[in-house]
Amino acid sequence: MFPVETRELTKRYGQLVAVDRVSLTVRPGEVYGFLGPNGAGKTTTLRMLLGLVRPSSGTVRLFGEDVGQSLGDVGALIEGPAFYPYLSGRDNLRVLARYAGCPAGRVGVVLDLVDLTDRAGDRYGTYSLGMKQRLGVAAALLKDPKLLILDEPTNGLDPAGMADMRRLIRRLGAAGKTVLLSSHMLGEVQQICDRVGVVSGGRLIAESTVAELRGGARLRVVADPIQDAAARVRALVGQDRVRVEDGALELDIEAGKAAWINAELVGAGIDVSELGVRERELEDVFLELTHVG
Amino acid sequence: MLGSTRAEITKLVRRPASWLLLAVAVVLSLTFTYLVPYAGANGAADGAPNATRGVAETLPEHLVGNSIGGLPVFAGAILLILGVLAVGGEYGWGTWKTLLAQGPSRLTVYGAKIAAVALASLAVVLALFATGAVTSAAIAAAEGAPADWPSFVDLAAGIGAGWLMAAMWAGLGVVLAVALRGVALPIGLGLVWLMAVQNLLSAIAAPLLDWVAKLQEWLPGPNAGSLAASLGTSPDTPGVATLVGDGHAVAVLAGYLILFVGVGGLLLRRRDIL
Ligand SMILES: Nc1ncnc2c1ncn2[C@@H]1O[C@H](COP(=O)(O)OP(=O)(O)O)[C@@H](O)[C@H]1O
Ligand SMILES: [Mg+2]
Repeated sequence: MFPVETRELTKRYGQLVAVDRVSLTVRPGEVYGFLGPNGAGKTTTLRMLLGLVRPSSGTVRLFGEDVGQSLGDVGALIEGPAFYPYLSGRDNLRVLARYAGCPAGRVGVVLDLVDLTDRAGDRYGTYSLGMKQRLGVAAALLKDPKLLILDEPTNGLDPAGMADMRRLIRRLGAAGKTVLLSSHMLGEVQQICDRVGVVSGGRLIAESTVAELRGGARLRVVADPIQDAAARVRALVGQDRVRVEDGALELDIEAGKAAWINAELVGAGIDVSELGVRERELEDVFLELTHVG
Repeated sequence: MLGSTRAEITKLVRRPASWLLLAVAVVLSLTFTYLVPYAGANGAADGAPNATRGVAETLPEHLVGNSIGGLPVFAGAILLILGVLAVGGEYGWGTWKTLLAQGPSRLTVYGAKIAAVALASLAVVLALFATGAVTSAAIAAAEGAPADWPSFVDLAAGIGAGWLMAAMWAGLGVVLAVALRGVALPIGLGLVWLMAVQNLLSAIAAPLLDWVAKLQEWLPGPNAGSLAASLGTSPDTPGVATLVGDGHAVAVLAGYLILFVGVGGLLLRRRDIL
Protein backbone atom coordinates (compact mmCIF):
# COMPACT_ATOMS: atom_id res chain seq x y z
CA MET A 1 0.00 0.00 0.00
CA PHE A 2 1.72 3.16 -1.21
CA PRO A 3 1.57 6.43 0.67
CA VAL A 4 0.74 8.11 -2.64
CA GLU A 5 -0.51 6.54 -5.83
CA THR A 6 -2.12 8.47 -8.64
CA ARG A 7 -3.55 7.03 -11.83
CA GLU A 8 -3.90 9.11 -14.97
CA LEU A 9 -4.47 12.16 -12.80
CA THR A 10 -5.61 15.09 -14.95
CA LYS A 11 -6.69 18.66 -14.31
CA ARG A 12 -7.94 20.96 -17.01
CA TYR A 13 -8.54 24.68 -16.64
CA GLY A 14 -10.53 25.47 -19.75
CA GLN A 15 -8.19 24.83 -22.67
CA LEU A 16 -5.13 24.50 -20.45
CA VAL A 17 -4.20 21.03 -19.26
CA ALA A 18 -2.39 21.85 -16.02
CA VAL A 19 -1.85 18.20 -15.09
CA ASP A 20 -1.90 15.62 -17.84
CA ARG A 21 -2.43 11.93 -17.01
CA VAL A 22 0.08 11.79 -14.19
CA SER A 23 0.59 8.37 -12.65
CA LEU A 24 3.11 8.55 -9.87
CA THR A 25 3.92 6.38 -6.91
CA VAL A 26 5.58 7.36 -3.67
CA ARG A 27 6.89 4.39 -1.70
CA PRO A 28 6.86 4.06 2.07
CA GLY A 29 9.79 5.72 3.80
CA GLU A 30 11.30 7.40 0.78
CA VAL A 31 11.97 11.06 0.12
CA TYR A 32 10.42 11.62 -3.28
CA GLY A 33 11.38 14.65 -5.31
CA PHE A 34 8.68 16.10 -7.53
CA LEU A 35 10.77 18.09 -9.93
CA GLY A 36 9.67 20.52 -12.60
CA PRO A 37 9.99 24.11 -13.76
CA ASN A 38 7.52 26.79 -12.68
CA GLY A 39 4.10 26.16 -14.15
CA ALA A 40 4.78 22.45 -14.71
CA GLY A 41 1.77 21.43 -12.67
CA LYS A 42 3.42 20.46 -9.38
CA THR A 43 1.21 22.52 -7.08
CA THR A 44 -1.95 21.54 -8.93
CA THR A 45 -1.02 17.87 -8.54
CA LEU A 46 -0.35 18.27 -4.83
CA ARG A 47 -3.62 20.16 -4.36
CA MET A 48 -5.42 17.23 -5.93
CA LEU A 49 -3.67 14.85 -3.52
CA LEU A 50 -5.19 16.82 -0.65
CA GLY A 51 -8.63 17.15 -2.18
CA LEU A 52 -8.35 20.93 -2.46
CA VAL A 53 -8.75 20.72 -6.22
CA ARG A 54 -10.96 18.12 -7.88
CA PRO A 55 -9.34 16.14 -10.67
CA SER A 56 -10.92 16.44 -14.10
CA SER A 57 -10.22 12.71 -14.38
CA GLY A 58 -8.03 10.06 -12.85
CA THR A 59 -7.70 8.91 -9.27
CA VAL A 60 -5.68 9.63 -6.16
CA ARG A 61 -5.07 7.13 -3.40
CA LEU A 62 -3.28 7.95 -0.17
CA PHE A 63 -2.35 4.88 1.85
CA GLY A 64 -4.78 2.95 -0.32
CA GLU A 65 -7.75 5.17 0.43
CA ASP A 66 -9.64 7.71 -1.62
CA VAL A 67 -8.92 11.36 -0.95
CA GLY A 68 -10.92 12.91 1.82
CA GLN A 69 -10.80 9.84 4.01
CA SER A 70 -7.16 9.51 4.79
CA LEU A 71 -5.70 12.91 5.57
CA GLY A 72 -5.14 11.70 9.14
CA ASP A 73 -1.70 10.41 8.19
CA VAL A 74 -0.83 13.37 5.97
CA GLY A 75 0.70 16.73 6.75
CA ALA A 76 1.15 19.30 4.02
CA LEU A 77 2.53 22.69 3.14
CA ILE A 78 1.11 23.76 -0.22
CA GLU A 79 2.43 26.71 -2.23
CA GLY A 80 3.82 28.85 0.52
CA PRO A 81 2.78 29.25 4.13
CA ALA A 82 -0.55 30.92 4.98
CA PHE A 83 -1.59 31.78 8.52
CA TYR A 84 -3.60 34.35 10.46
CA PRO A 85 -1.44 37.48 10.69
CA TYR A 86 -3.04 38.74 13.91
CA LEU A 87 -2.22 35.58 15.87
CA SER A 88 1.19 34.55 17.15
CA GLY A 89 2.93 31.58 15.57
CA ARG A 90 2.07 29.50 18.60
CA ASP A 91 -1.61 30.52 18.61
CA ASN A 92 -1.85 29.79 14.90
CA LEU A 93 -0.66 26.26 15.60
CA ARG A 94 -3.03 25.95 18.56
CA VAL A 95 -5.98 26.81 16.34
CA LEU A 96 -4.82 24.26 13.76
CA ALA A 97 -4.26 21.63 16.47
CA ARG A 98 -7.94 21.97 17.37
CA TYR A 99 -8.85 21.25 13.76
CA ALA A 100 -6.42 18.38 13.58
CA GLY A 101 -7.74 16.97 16.82
CA CYS A 102 -4.23 16.51 18.14
CA PRO A 103 -3.12 17.25 21.69
CA ALA A 104 -2.06 20.83 22.42
CA GLY A 105 1.31 19.48 23.56
CA ARG A 106 2.25 18.86 19.92
CA VAL A 107 2.48 22.61 19.35
CA GLY A 108 5.57 22.98 21.52
CA VAL A 109 7.14 19.87 20.01
CA VAL A 110 6.83 21.01 16.40
CA LEU A 111 7.94 24.55 17.23
CA ASP A 112 11.11 23.01 18.65
CA LEU A 113 11.54 20.81 15.60
CA VAL A 114 11.63 23.79 13.25
CA ASP A 115 13.60 25.92 15.67
CA LEU A 116 10.95 28.59 16.10
CA THR A 117 10.33 28.43 19.84
CA ASP A 118 12.08 31.73 20.53
CA ARG A 119 9.78 33.73 18.27
CA ALA A 120 6.63 31.64 18.71
CA GLY A 121 4.98 34.36 20.81
CA ASP A 122 5.32 37.04 18.10
CA ARG A 123 2.55 37.87 15.70
CA TYR A 124 2.78 35.87 12.47
CA GLY A 125 2.46 39.11 10.51
CA THR A 126 5.88 40.18 11.80
CA TYR A 127 7.71 37.00 10.69
CA SER A 128 10.39 36.89 8.01
CA LEU A 129 9.74 34.64 5.04
CA GLY A 130 12.07 31.99 6.42
CA MET A 131 10.19 31.92 9.71
CA LYS A 132 6.89 31.71 7.87
CA GLN A 133 8.12 28.73 5.87
CA ARG A 134 9.30 27.02 9.04
CA LEU A 135 5.95 27.64 10.71
CA GLY A 136 4.36 26.08 7.62
CA VAL A 137 6.48 22.98 8.06
CA ALA A 138 5.64 22.96 11.78
CA ALA A 139 1.92 22.98 10.93
CA ALA A 140 2.44 20.13 8.51
CA LEU A 141 4.11 18.15 11.31
CA LEU A 142 1.38 18.78 13.91
CA LYS A 143 -0.30 15.42 13.49
CA ASP A 144 3.04 13.62 13.40
CA PRO A 145 1.99 12.38 9.96
CA LYS A 146 3.44 9.38 8.17
CA LEU A 147 3.42 11.29 4.89
CA LEU A 148 4.69 14.83 4.59
CA ILE A 149 3.88 16.82 1.46
CA LEU A 150 6.04 19.90 1.02
CA ASP A 151 5.52 22.17 -1.99
CA GLU A 152 8.70 24.12 -2.71
CA PRO A 153 9.47 24.70 0.96
CA THR A 154 12.74 26.53 0.19
CA ASN A 155 11.11 29.08 -2.11
CA GLY A 156 12.18 32.58 -1.24
CA LEU A 157 14.68 31.54 1.42
CA ASP A 158 18.24 32.82 1.58
CA PRO A 159 21.04 30.25 1.14
CA ALA A 160 21.40 29.67 4.87
CA GLY A 161 17.64 29.25 5.24
CA MET A 162 17.60 26.82 2.32
CA ALA A 163 20.39 24.77 3.90
CA ASP A 164 18.49 24.68 7.20
CA MET A 165 15.29 23.59 5.50
CA ARG A 166 17.10 20.83 3.58
CA ARG A 167 18.73 19.61 6.77
CA LEU A 168 15.33 19.49 8.43
CA ILE A 169 13.78 17.54 5.56
CA ARG A 170 16.68 15.08 5.50
CA ARG A 171 16.29 14.59 9.24
CA LEU A 172 12.57 13.91 8.86
CA GLY A 173 13.28 11.44 6.08
CA ALA A 174 15.90 9.73 8.22
CA ALA A 175 13.36 9.52 11.04
CA GLY A 176 11.24 7.30 8.81
CA LYS A 177 8.73 9.75 7.39
CA THR A 178 7.71 9.49 3.79
CA VAL A 179 8.30 12.88 2.20
CA LEU A 180 6.93 14.17 -1.09
CA LEU A 181 8.95 17.28 -1.87
CA SER A 182 8.28 19.44 -4.90
CA SER A 183 11.01 21.64 -6.25
CA HIS A 184 12.17 23.38 -9.38
CA MET A 185 15.81 22.98 -8.37
CA LEU A 186 17.62 19.87 -9.52
CA GLY A 187 20.44 20.45 -7.06
CA GLU A 188 18.06 20.52 -4.15
CA VAL A 189 16.36 17.31 -5.20
CA GLN A 190 19.72 15.63 -5.75
CA GLN A 191 20.82 16.52 -2.24
CA ILE A 192 17.73 15.29 -0.45
CA CYS A 193 15.74 12.79 -2.46
CA ASP A 194 15.85 9.06 -3.06
CA ARG A 195 13.60 9.01 -6.08
CA VAL A 196 12.47 11.69 -8.48
CA GLY A 197 9.48 12.30 -10.68
CA VAL A 198 10.08 14.89 -13.37
CA VAL A 199 7.12 16.91 -14.63
CA SER A 200 7.00 19.29 -17.53
CA GLY A 201 3.95 20.82 -19.15
CA GLY A 202 1.72 18.79 -16.86
CA ARG A 203 3.21 15.44 -17.94
CA LEU A 204 5.26 13.12 -15.75
CA ILE A 205 8.13 12.55 -18.14
CA ALA A 206 10.37 10.43 -15.94
CA GLU A 207 10.29 8.66 -12.63
CA SER A 208 13.58 7.24 -11.48
CA THR A 209 16.23 7.26 -8.79
CA VAL A 210 18.42 10.31 -8.43
CA ALA A 211 21.43 8.25 -9.47
CA GLU A 212 19.76 7.43 -12.78
CA LEU A 213 18.73 10.98 -13.36
CA ARG A 214 22.21 12.18 -12.61
CA GLY A 215 23.75 9.47 -14.82
CA GLY A 216 24.23 11.99 -17.57
CA ALA A 217 26.60 14.20 -15.60
CA ARG A 218 29.54 15.30 -17.75
CA LEU A 219 33.25 15.32 -17.21
CA ARG A 220 34.89 18.61 -18.03
CA VAL A 221 38.56 18.60 -18.91
CA VAL A 222 40.78 21.60 -19.56
CA ALA A 223 43.94 20.42 -21.30
CA ASP A 224 46.71 21.75 -23.51
CA PRO A 225 46.95 21.27 -26.42
CA ILE A 226 43.19 20.88 -26.56
CA GLN A 227 42.98 19.35 -30.06
CA ASP A 228 45.47 16.59 -29.19
CA ALA A 229 43.53 15.91 -26.01
CA ALA A 230 40.26 15.70 -27.97
CA ALA A 231 41.74 13.25 -30.46
CA ARG A 232 43.18 11.07 -27.72
CA VAL A 233 39.94 10.92 -25.71
CA ARG A 234 37.87 10.28 -28.82
CA ALA A 235 40.04 7.25 -29.50
CA LEU A 236 39.40 6.06 -25.94
CA VAL A 237 35.66 6.59 -25.45
CA GLY A 238 34.21 7.04 -28.90
CA GLN A 239 33.70 9.86 -31.35
CA ASP A 240 30.24 11.04 -30.32
CA ARG A 241 30.86 11.29 -26.59
CA VAL A 242 33.40 14.07 -26.81
CA ARG A 243 32.73 17.72 -27.54
CA VAL A 244 34.95 20.77 -27.40
CA GLU A 245 33.18 23.67 -25.74
CA ASP A 246 34.65 26.99 -24.58
CA GLY A 247 38.18 25.65 -24.85
CA ALA A 248 37.45 22.58 -22.75
CA LEU A 249 36.43 18.98 -23.37
CA GLU A 250 32.93 17.93 -22.41
CA LEU A 251 32.89 14.16 -21.98
CA ASP A 252 29.66 12.24 -21.87
CA ILE A 253 30.98 9.53 -19.52
CA GLU A 254 30.65 8.47 -15.91
CA ALA A 255 32.31 10.65 -13.33
CA GLY A 256 34.14 7.58 -11.98
CA LYS A 257 36.31 7.45 -15.11
CA ALA A 258 37.95 10.80 -14.36
CA ALA A 259 41.16 9.36 -12.92
CA TRP A 260 41.58 7.04 -15.87
CA ILE A 261 41.12 9.86 -18.40
CA ASN A 262 43.60 11.98 -16.50
CA ALA A 263 46.23 9.22 -16.48
CA GLU A 264 45.75 8.57 -20.20
CA LEU A 265 46.14 12.24 -21.12
CA VAL A 266 49.14 12.82 -18.92
CA GLY A 267 50.66 9.60 -20.25
CA ALA A 268 50.31 11.00 -23.76
CA GLY A 269 52.23 14.10 -22.76
CA ILE A 270 49.23 16.39 -22.58
CA ASP A 271 48.96 18.94 -19.75
CA VAL A 272 45.73 18.60 -17.76
CA SER A 273 45.06 21.79 -15.81
CA GLU A 274 41.48 21.14 -14.75
CA LEU A 275 39.28 18.10 -14.38
CA GLY A 276 35.82 18.15 -12.91
CA VAL A 277 32.33 16.76 -12.99
CA ARG A 278 29.82 19.14 -14.44
CA GLU A 279 26.26 18.46 -13.35
CA ARG A 280 23.88 18.97 -16.16
CA GLU A 281 21.54 21.88 -15.82
CA LEU A 282 17.91 21.08 -15.09
CA GLU A 283 17.06 22.44 -18.50
CA ASP A 284 19.41 19.96 -20.20
CA VAL A 285 17.83 17.06 -18.35
CA PHE A 286 14.41 18.28 -19.35
CA LEU A 287 15.35 18.73 -22.97
CA GLU A 288 16.74 15.25 -23.08
CA LEU A 289 13.83 13.71 -21.22
CA THR A 290 11.19 15.41 -23.31
CA HIS A 291 13.01 14.22 -26.43
CA VAL A 292 13.10 10.62 -25.31
CA GLY A 293 9.69 10.65 -23.61
CA MET B 1 -16.81 19.62 15.40
CA LEU B 2 -16.56 20.97 18.93
CA GLY B 3 -12.80 21.48 18.58
CA SER B 4 -13.35 23.15 15.21
CA THR B 5 -16.00 25.46 16.62
CA ARG B 6 -13.71 26.44 19.46
CA ALA B 7 -10.99 27.15 16.92
CA GLU B 8 -13.34 29.41 14.94
CA ILE B 9 -14.46 31.23 18.08
CA THR B 10 -10.82 31.78 19.05
CA LYS B 11 -10.13 33.23 15.61
CA LEU B 12 -13.08 35.64 15.86
CA VAL B 13 -12.44 36.68 19.44
CA ARG B 14 -8.73 37.28 18.91
CA ARG B 15 -9.29 39.33 15.79
CA PRO B 16 -9.16 43.07 16.45
CA ALA B 17 -11.63 43.76 13.64
CA SER B 18 -14.37 41.83 15.48
CA TRP B 19 -14.11 44.13 18.48
CA LEU B 20 -14.01 47.20 16.30
CA LEU B 21 -17.25 46.10 14.64
CA LEU B 22 -18.88 45.47 18.01
CA ALA B 23 -17.79 48.88 19.25
CA VAL B 24 -19.12 50.61 16.13
CA ALA B 25 -22.46 48.81 16.43
CA VAL B 26 -22.83 49.79 20.07
CA VAL B 27 -21.69 53.40 19.65
CA LEU B 28 -23.93 54.01 16.64
CA SER B 29 -26.88 52.37 18.33
CA LEU B 30 -26.47 54.38 21.53
CA THR B 31 -25.87 57.60 19.65
CA PHE B 32 -28.94 57.48 17.44
CA THR B 33 -31.31 55.70 19.80
CA TYR B 34 -30.51 57.48 23.05
CA LEU B 35 -28.01 60.32 22.90
CA VAL B 36 -29.42 62.25 19.94
CA PRO B 37 -33.07 62.05 21.09
CA TYR B 38 -32.05 62.92 24.64
CA ALA B 39 -29.89 65.84 23.56
CA GLY B 40 -32.62 66.91 21.11
CA ALA B 41 -35.25 66.93 23.83
CA ASN B 42 -32.92 69.14 25.82
CA GLY B 43 -32.54 71.55 22.93
CA ALA B 44 -28.88 70.77 22.26
CA ALA B 45 -29.06 69.41 18.76
CA ASP B 46 -32.00 70.77 16.83
CA GLY B 47 -32.40 69.22 13.42
CA ALA B 48 -30.34 66.08 14.08
CA PRO B 49 -32.02 62.82 12.98
CA ASN B 50 -34.43 61.53 15.61
CA ALA B 51 -33.97 64.82 17.51
CA THR B 52 -37.71 65.32 17.82
CA ARG B 53 -38.25 62.03 19.56
CA GLY B 54 -39.16 62.62 23.14
CA VAL B 55 -37.20 61.55 26.16
CA ALA B 56 -40.07 59.13 26.81
CA GLU B 57 -38.93 57.06 23.87
CA THR B 58 -35.52 56.48 25.45
CA LEU B 59 -36.82 55.11 28.74
CA PRO B 60 -36.41 51.44 29.81
CA GLU B 61 -39.99 50.71 28.79
CA HIS B 62 -38.86 50.85 25.13
CA LEU B 63 -35.71 48.78 25.58
CA VAL B 64 -36.73 46.02 23.16
CA GLY B 65 -37.72 48.24 20.25
CA ASN B 66 -34.77 50.54 20.80
CA SER B 67 -32.23 47.71 20.96
CA ILE B 68 -33.26 45.99 17.72
CA GLY B 69 -34.11 49.18 15.83
CA GLY B 70 -30.74 49.34 14.03
CA LEU B 71 -30.76 45.77 12.79
CA PRO B 72 -32.85 46.31 9.63
CA VAL B 73 -30.17 48.65 8.26
CA PHE B 74 -26.99 49.89 9.90
CA ALA B 75 -26.43 47.25 12.58
CA GLY B 76 -27.36 44.75 9.89
CA ALA B 77 -24.52 46.18 7.82
CA ILE B 78 -22.12 45.60 10.70
CA LEU B 79 -23.22 41.98 10.93
CA LEU B 80 -22.90 41.54 7.21
CA ILE B 81 -19.29 42.71 7.50
CA LEU B 82 -18.75 40.29 10.38
CA GLY B 83 -20.04 37.39 8.30
CA VAL B 84 -17.84 38.38 5.36
CA LEU B 85 -14.75 38.68 7.55
CA ALA B 86 -15.29 35.33 9.26
CA VAL B 87 -15.36 33.46 5.97
CA GLY B 88 -13.72 35.78 3.46
CA GLY B 89 -10.60 36.16 5.58
CA GLU B 90 -9.68 32.57 4.76
CA TYR B 91 -9.63 33.48 1.07
CA GLY B 92 -7.77 36.72 1.63
CA TRP B 93 -5.02 35.09 3.65
CA GLY B 94 -5.04 31.86 1.66
CA THR B 95 -5.64 29.92 4.86
CA TRP B 96 -8.30 27.52 3.56
CA LYS B 97 -5.57 25.13 2.44
CA THR B 98 -3.79 25.46 5.79
CA LEU B 99 -6.99 24.56 7.64
CA LEU B 100 -8.09 21.78 5.33
CA ALA B 101 -4.63 20.21 5.24
CA GLN B 102 -5.18 19.40 8.91
CA GLY B 103 -7.85 16.98 7.83
CA PRO B 104 -11.29 18.38 8.66
CA SER B 105 -13.86 18.19 5.88
CA ARG B 106 -14.93 21.44 4.26
CA LEU B 107 -18.36 21.14 5.78
CA THR B 108 -16.90 20.63 9.25
CA VAL B 109 -14.98 23.88 8.90
CA TYR B 110 -18.02 25.60 7.42
CA GLY B 111 -20.28 24.33 10.19
CA ALA B 112 -17.81 25.54 12.80
CA LYS B 113 -17.73 28.95 11.14
CA ILE B 114 -21.51 29.18 11.03
CA ALA B 115 -21.69 28.25 14.72
CA ALA B 116 -19.09 30.86 15.62
CA VAL B 117 -20.78 33.55 13.53
CA ALA B 118 -24.17 32.68 15.04
CA LEU B 119 -22.75 33.06 18.54
CA ALA B 120 -21.05 36.31 17.56
CA SER B 121 -24.39 37.60 16.20
CA LEU B 122 -26.03 36.78 19.50
CA ALA B 123 -23.21 38.50 21.35
CA VAL B 124 -23.73 41.68 19.31
CA VAL B 125 -27.47 41.62 20.00
CA LEU B 126 -26.91 41.06 23.71
CA ALA B 127 -24.38 43.90 23.76
CA LEU B 128 -26.98 46.19 22.15
CA PHE B 129 -29.54 45.21 24.79
CA ALA B 130 -27.09 45.49 27.69
CA THR B 131 -25.66 48.88 26.76
CA GLY B 132 -29.15 50.11 25.91
CA ALA B 133 -30.41 48.99 29.32
CA VAL B 134 -27.62 50.82 31.12
CA THR B 135 -28.13 53.99 29.06
CA SER B 136 -31.92 54.04 29.42
CA ALA B 137 -31.64 53.40 33.16
CA ALA B 138 -29.26 56.33 33.42
CA ILE B 139 -31.65 58.56 31.47
CA ALA B 140 -34.56 57.46 33.66
CA ALA B 141 -32.57 58.24 36.77
CA ALA B 142 -31.48 61.64 35.44
CA GLU B 143 -35.02 62.60 34.44
CA GLY B 144 -36.62 61.16 37.55
CA ALA B 145 -38.80 59.07 35.22
CA PRO B 146 -40.10 55.59 36.13
CA ALA B 147 -37.98 52.61 35.01
CA ASP B 148 -40.65 50.24 33.72
CA TRP B 149 -38.63 47.36 32.28
CA PRO B 150 -40.14 45.13 29.61
CA SER B 151 -41.43 41.74 30.77
CA PHE B 152 -39.16 38.74 30.55
CA VAL B 153 -41.22 37.33 27.68
CA ASP B 154 -40.99 40.56 25.67
CA LEU B 155 -37.29 40.71 26.34
CA ALA B 156 -36.74 37.11 25.23
CA ALA B 157 -38.84 37.66 22.09
CA GLY B 158 -36.87 40.81 21.33
CA ILE B 159 -33.53 39.12 21.77
CA GLY B 160 -34.69 36.18 19.67
CA ALA B 161 -35.96 38.46 16.89
CA GLY B 162 -32.77 40.50 17.05
CA TRP B 163 -30.68 37.37 16.82
CA LEU B 164 -32.66 36.19 13.79
CA MET B 165 -32.13 39.50 11.96
CA ALA B 166 -28.47 39.63 12.97
CA ALA B 167 -27.79 36.04 11.91
CA MET B 168 -29.63 36.57 8.62
CA TRP B 169 -27.43 39.54 7.67
CA ALA B 170 -24.31 37.71 8.80
CA GLY B 171 -25.47 34.80 6.65
CA LEU B 172 -25.71 37.13 3.67
CA GLY B 173 -22.12 38.15 4.38
CA VAL B 174 -21.07 34.50 4.54
CA VAL B 175 -22.63 33.52 1.24
CA LEU B 176 -21.26 36.61 -0.52
CA ALA B 177 -17.77 35.85 0.82
CA VAL B 178 -17.91 32.26 -0.40
CA ALA B 179 -19.41 33.20 -3.76
CA LEU B 180 -16.89 35.98 -4.44
CA ARG B 181 -13.98 34.31 -2.62
CA GLY B 182 -12.71 37.32 -0.78
CA VAL B 183 -13.45 40.21 1.51
CA ALA B 184 -13.50 43.55 -0.27
CA LEU B 185 -16.01 42.93 -3.04
CA PRO B 186 -18.51 41.06 -0.82
CA ILE B 187 -18.47 43.87 1.75
CA GLY B 188 -18.80 46.49 -0.96
CA LEU B 189 -21.68 44.81 -2.74
CA GLY B 190 -23.40 43.87 0.51
CA LEU B 191 -23.29 47.46 1.72
CA VAL B 192 -24.53 48.78 -1.60
CA TRP B 193 -27.55 46.52 -1.23
CA LEU B 194 -28.16 47.29 2.43
CA MET B 195 -27.52 51.01 2.46
CA ALA B 196 -28.51 52.08 -1.05
CA VAL B 197 -30.62 49.63 -3.03
CA GLN B 198 -32.96 48.83 -0.14
CA ASN B 199 -33.62 52.52 0.39
CA LEU B 200 -34.16 53.22 -3.27
CA LEU B 201 -36.59 50.35 -3.54
CA SER B 202 -38.67 51.38 -0.55
CA ALA B 203 -38.51 55.15 -1.03
CA ILE B 204 -38.69 55.47 -4.80
CA ALA B 205 -39.56 52.26 -6.62
CA ALA B 206 -42.19 50.74 -4.34
CA PRO B 207 -44.55 53.77 -4.37
CA LEU B 208 -44.37 53.91 -8.18
CA LEU B 209 -44.38 50.27 -9.18
CA ASP B 210 -46.86 47.82 -7.85
CA TRP B 211 -44.71 44.77 -8.36
CA VAL B 212 -41.85 46.33 -6.43
CA ALA B 213 -44.23 47.01 -3.57
CA LYS B 214 -45.25 43.35 -3.69
CA LEU B 215 -41.61 42.27 -3.93
CA GLN B 216 -40.79 44.28 -0.82
CA GLU B 217 -42.85 41.85 1.21
CA TRP B 218 -40.37 39.10 0.35
CA LEU B 219 -37.07 40.96 0.70
CA PRO B 220 -34.95 40.60 3.85
CA GLY B 221 -34.69 44.29 4.77
CA PRO B 222 -38.41 45.18 4.78
CA ASN B 223 -39.20 41.97 6.68
CA ALA B 224 -36.58 42.82 9.30
CA GLY B 225 -38.09 46.33 9.46
CA SER B 226 -41.56 44.92 9.95
CA LEU B 227 -40.39 42.56 12.67
CA ALA B 228 -38.64 45.42 14.49
CA ALA B 229 -41.76 47.59 14.18
CA SER B 230 -43.96 44.86 15.58
CA LEU B 231 -41.68 44.65 18.62
CA GLY B 232 -41.90 48.35 19.33
CA THR B 233 -39.23 50.07 17.28
CA SER B 234 -40.35 53.57 16.40
CA PRO B 235 -41.43 53.81 12.72
CA ASP B 236 -39.31 56.91 12.15
CA THR B 237 -36.22 54.66 12.39
CA PRO B 238 -34.63 54.09 8.94
CA GLY B 239 -35.81 50.86 7.35
CA VAL B 240 -38.49 50.28 9.96
CA ALA B 241 -42.10 50.12 8.76
CA THR B 242 -44.98 47.71 9.13
CA LEU B 243 -45.34 45.98 5.78
CA VAL B 244 -46.10 42.44 6.82
CA GLY B 245 -47.18 40.60 9.94
CA ASP B 246 -44.57 39.39 12.38
CA GLY B 247 -45.21 35.70 11.64
CA HIS B 248 -44.60 36.36 7.95
CA ALA B 249 -41.49 38.36 8.77
CA VAL B 250 -40.01 35.65 10.99
CA ALA B 251 -40.69 32.99 8.35
CA VAL B 252 -39.12 35.04 5.54
CA LEU B 253 -36.06 35.95 7.62
CA ALA B 254 -35.55 32.34 8.69
CA GLY B 255 -35.96 31.29 5.07
CA TYR B 256 -33.23 33.71 3.97
CA LEU B 257 -30.96 32.55 6.78
CA ILE B 258 -31.31 28.92 5.72
CA LEU B 259 -30.94 29.85 2.06
CA PHE B 260 -27.77 31.90 2.59
CA VAL B 261 -26.11 29.33 4.82
CA GLY B 262 -27.15 26.46 2.56
CA VAL B 263 -25.98 28.06 -0.69
CA GLY B 264 -22.70 29.06 0.95
CA GLY B 265 -22.11 25.48 2.10
CA LEU B 266 -22.91 24.03 -1.32
CA LEU B 267 -20.60 26.45 -3.12
CA LEU B 268 -17.78 25.86 -0.67
CA ARG B 269 -18.12 22.12 -1.00
CA ARG B 270 -18.26 22.09 -4.76
CA ARG B 271 -15.58 24.48 -5.83
CA ASP B 272 -11.83 24.09 -5.92
CA ILE B 273 -9.85 25.72 -3.13
CA LEU B 274 -7.11 27.76 -4.73
N1 LIG C 1 -6.88 28.05 -10.86
C1 LIG C 1 -6.25 28.04 -12.01
N2 LIG C 1 -6.86 28.49 -13.12
C2 LIG C 1 -6.24 28.46 -14.31
N3 LIG C 1 -4.99 28.00 -14.51
C3 LIG C 1 -4.32 27.53 -13.44
C4 LIG C 1 -4.90 27.53 -12.14
N4 LIG C 1 -4.01 27.00 -11.29
C5 LIG C 1 -2.92 26.70 -12.01
N5 LIG C 1 -3.09 27.02 -13.30
C6 LIG C 1 -2.13 26.82 -14.40
O1 LIG C 1 -1.74 25.47 -14.37
C7 LIG C 1 -0.37 25.34 -14.66
C8 LIG C 1 0.33 24.60 -13.54
O2 LIG C 1 0.41 25.43 -12.40
P1 LIG C 1 1.06 24.95 -11.04
O3 LIG C 1 0.47 23.64 -10.69
O4 LIG C 1 0.92 26.04 -10.07
O5 LIG C 1 2.58 24.75 -11.45
P2 LIG C 1 3.88 24.63 -10.54
O6 LIG C 1 3.43 24.43 -9.13
O7 LIG C 1 4.60 23.45 -11.09
O8 LIG C 1 4.65 25.88 -10.71
C9 LIG C 1 0.16 26.75 -14.89
O9 LIG C 1 0.16 27.01 -16.27
C10 LIG C 1 -0.86 27.60 -14.20
O10 LIG C 1 -0.95 28.87 -14.80
MG1 LIG D 1 3.95 25.59 -7.48
